[in-house]
Amino acid sequence: MNAVSKVPAPGRMFLSGNEAVARAVWDSGVRVAAAYPGTPASEMLENLGRYPDIYAEWSVNEKVSLEVVIGASMAGSRAFSAMKHVGMNVASDALMTLTLTGAKGGMVIAIADDVGFSSSQNEQDSRYWGRFGHLPILEPADSQEAYDMTRFGYALSEEYQVPVILRMTTRICHVKAMVTVGEREEHPSTGFEKDPARWVMVPGHAKTRLPMQFARENALRALAEKSDLNRVEGGSDRRLGFVASGPATMHVREAFPNAPVLKLGLSCPAPMEKIRAFAAQVDRLLVVEETEPLLETEIKAAGIAAHGKDVLPRSGELSPKVLRPAVAKLLGEPIAPSAEAPQRPALEVFPRPPTMCVACPHLGIYYTLHQMRNVTVSGDIGCYTLGAGHPWNALDSTIAMGASMGIALGLDKGRSEGDANKKIVAVIGDSTFLHNGMTGLLEITYHKGNVTVLLLDNRTTGMTGGQNTAANGRDLLGNPAPRVDFPKLVEALGVKPERIRVVDPYELPTLFKALREETKIEEPSVIITNRPCVLIDEYEKRQPLKVDEEKCNGCGNCVDVGCPAILVTRRAKEIKPSGKEVDLSFVRIETVACTGCNLCVQTCGQDAIVPAN
Amino acid sequence: MSDKITNILVVGTGGQGVMTAAEILSQAAIAQGLDVKKTEVAGMAQRGGVVSSHVRFGKQVLSPEIMPGEADILVGFEAAEAMRWCHFLRPGGVAMMNTLRLTPPVVSIGMYPYPDDPAAEIRAAGVRVYDFDAGAIARDLGGLNLVNTVMLGAIADLLPFPAAVLEESVLQRFRGRKEEWVGINKRAFDAGRQAGRAAGLK
Ligand SMILES: Cc1ncc(C[n+]2csc(CCOP(=O)(O)OP(=O)(O)O)c2C)c(N)n1
Repeated sequence: MNAVSKVPAPGRMFLSGNEAVARAVWDSGVRVAAAYPGTPASEMLENLGRYPDIYAEWSVNEKVSLEVVIGASMAGSRAFSAMKHVGMNVASDALMTLTLTGAKGGMVIAIADDVGFSSSQNEQDSRYWGRFGHLPILEPADSQEAYDMTRFGYALSEEYQVPVILRMTTRICHVKAMVTVGEREEHPSTGFEKDPARWVMVPGHAKTRLPMQFARENALRALAEKSDLNRVEGGSDRRLGFVASGPATMHVREAFPNAPVLKLGLSCPAPMEKIRAFAAQVDRLLVVEETEPLLETEIKAAGIAAHGKDVLPRSGELSPKVLRPAVAKLLGEPIAPSAEAPQRPALEVFPRPPTMCVACPHLGIYYTLHQMRNVTVSGDIGCYTLGAGHPWNALDSTIAMGASMGIALGLDKGRSEGDANKKIVAVIGDSTFLHNGMTGLLEITYHKGNVTVLLLDNRTTGMTGGQNTAANGRDLLGNPAPRVDFPKLVEALGVKPERIRVVDPYELPTLFKALREETKIEEPSVIITNRPCVLIDEYEKRQPLKVDEEKCNGCGNCVDVGCPAILVTRRAKEIKPSGKEVDLSFVRIETVACTGCNLCVQTCGQDAIVPAN
Repeated sequence: MSDKITNILVVGTGGQGVMTAAEILSQAAIAQGLDVKKTEVAGMAQRGGVVSSHVRFGKQVLSPEIMPGEADILVGFEAAEAMRWCHFLRPGGVAMMNTLRLTPPVVSIGMYPYPDDPAAEIRAAGVRVYDFDAGAIARDLGGLNLVNTVMLGAIADLLPFPAAVLEESVLQRFRGRKEEWVGINKRAFDAGRQAGRAAGLK
């Protein structure tokens, strides 16, 4: 997949924010980069894999990635980690003590917030980590700033011996823009030096680091006050002054070209005196921040009058279409659709939610779970979360990566009398199991949980674009690496060998039988599936299928598989001899899309689904 | 060229080449020395979901997003998707759409209907829309993967720079690597241009 390629010479390039960060990391002489994938952050590491002379890895989870980077920094190398917002929840245990040791080799941690929920389980504001961890935060507003601030971040990190947070959002990560790229600097490792008082964080040592932490924060605040990263961008209309950071700055300047804007690039610690001086020059102040009223609260606490979330939404992107009416209201102007952009109503169209792929090995799992009565399905995060949707409706909870295990145990231990006979099934993907599910399975076996685990090993991190994992035995560059042996692993975690089965998810009868038997036995059991994701190299296409329309009786069983290649051509109603009215769906198969997984064939009682040629 | 920003919205579903088309448009604008921003919402692109890519170019582009009512051109790779996004066009803006209909499972299982005539509904909403079967043209010339080039050809005469600039951006991707595709794509681009003209542009 990834291979080291020739690096384009410095100059002007069209780069996404993620690509710009990757280039800046390489240009800063970083020697170790580690990350666990997650939208919208994944492409930072993905791109770093293409550069020579840098060690880059897909980590097992975000916490481990941060720990690898901490070690590299201790060893005197510049280091980099990237994660999506929720990744830092996982990594934060390490972060909150790292702030006491500080960094040795320069360290930048990119955290990408999914403002607007394009593909995440929540929307959280990573700027809080700066306050919580007493760490500086850089907030780029476009690709060029992502490049420049990453490079500045390494200098800042080494000067103040501090890990630096680069706060990205989807609108930086995935927007392409022109970037001027500079020369690479070499940064050989300075070497590890024993210093237990700094690196061994026992209470006695940690306490002595606190004064350093507070002094560092004061020094960084003084820097934020004078840094050009926090600057006023002019505007003659002084009725309203904006304080903004990140992509919201671009939205403000787009919507109000004549308004003064105090743009915060080094936004934490907040330069309160600069903000105070700016506030004095404008009639009113509006804080435009994505997404929490964080600066707004700090500004108000400093005794500066400001507007913010009283007029702006509490979540989502603050794009011009959101800002314009809010500001008009604040200024007491009529909210007229602007001359150049009158609103046309949107036309009504069906939704097009994401679906599982044609021949996805998860299809058979949800088809089977959908058929089973009396089960509660504790789900997890990955492509298989789509099993909550139509037509399967076969997933009852999703909270956080790896959480399906503990939640399943809790559903078991907390069951009501009425639920005494309920079967508890947990569904988890290979990457998610390695990320945070292993400990949860140990919890189930240790406490003799009555849970059947479906471990969907499709040998990739499907949802985030097919990154390699320890489950497929390839590293970031696609080179061979040790592959996890799942049956052995789950056995080592306490599952009895006779309760571990490896099944082919394309064989519906086998799958159904395995699930029925394992859910009957009141012991922890694990059913491991063994077919690769259809989007990776290991997948082998088979003979495509078609529907023999003479034979199709419209029963619609195959439609329940949920394969996007099965299309309904005609609907009808039929009165059965019993007098019951049933809906009929006659189908065809999009043969060009079909890759012959044969799942639908097994649902057809009429033998109407046949090889296409 | 004036300070005016040109806004082009390219829409379709995962796997149709929407993002590639937007990239090629961006490269053409860069070749003209313009500032360009391109943004897409495609978190679930590989999963058959909606894909939209915003391309904005001009002297200086700030926000990367096109707002409803601001697009100059809408390029629809799928009929219902063109409908979904047509309110993003400014008055006088133009929708160029492929007549291809891709039915998602929610339609297949009968939860929602697929609109009978998307182009007619767009027209009824007061939008200048041109629809044609880009897939048929692509198939005749060598394969469905040419749809992308056909669609770009179809809007080539609506841009603030010569059609040849866009054509060169398309062909650039194949030069030196897949020479045999250069000629085929040139034909697909020309066929798209003709379809655009036949549909009533210029
Ligand atoms: C803490 C955290 N990190 C990363 C993600 C992003 N993410 C969502 S699903 C997923 C991996 C899914 O892989 P796998 O479990 O193998 O299932 P598949 O999608 O292949 O079916 C990732 C990395 C997340 N949601 N939360």
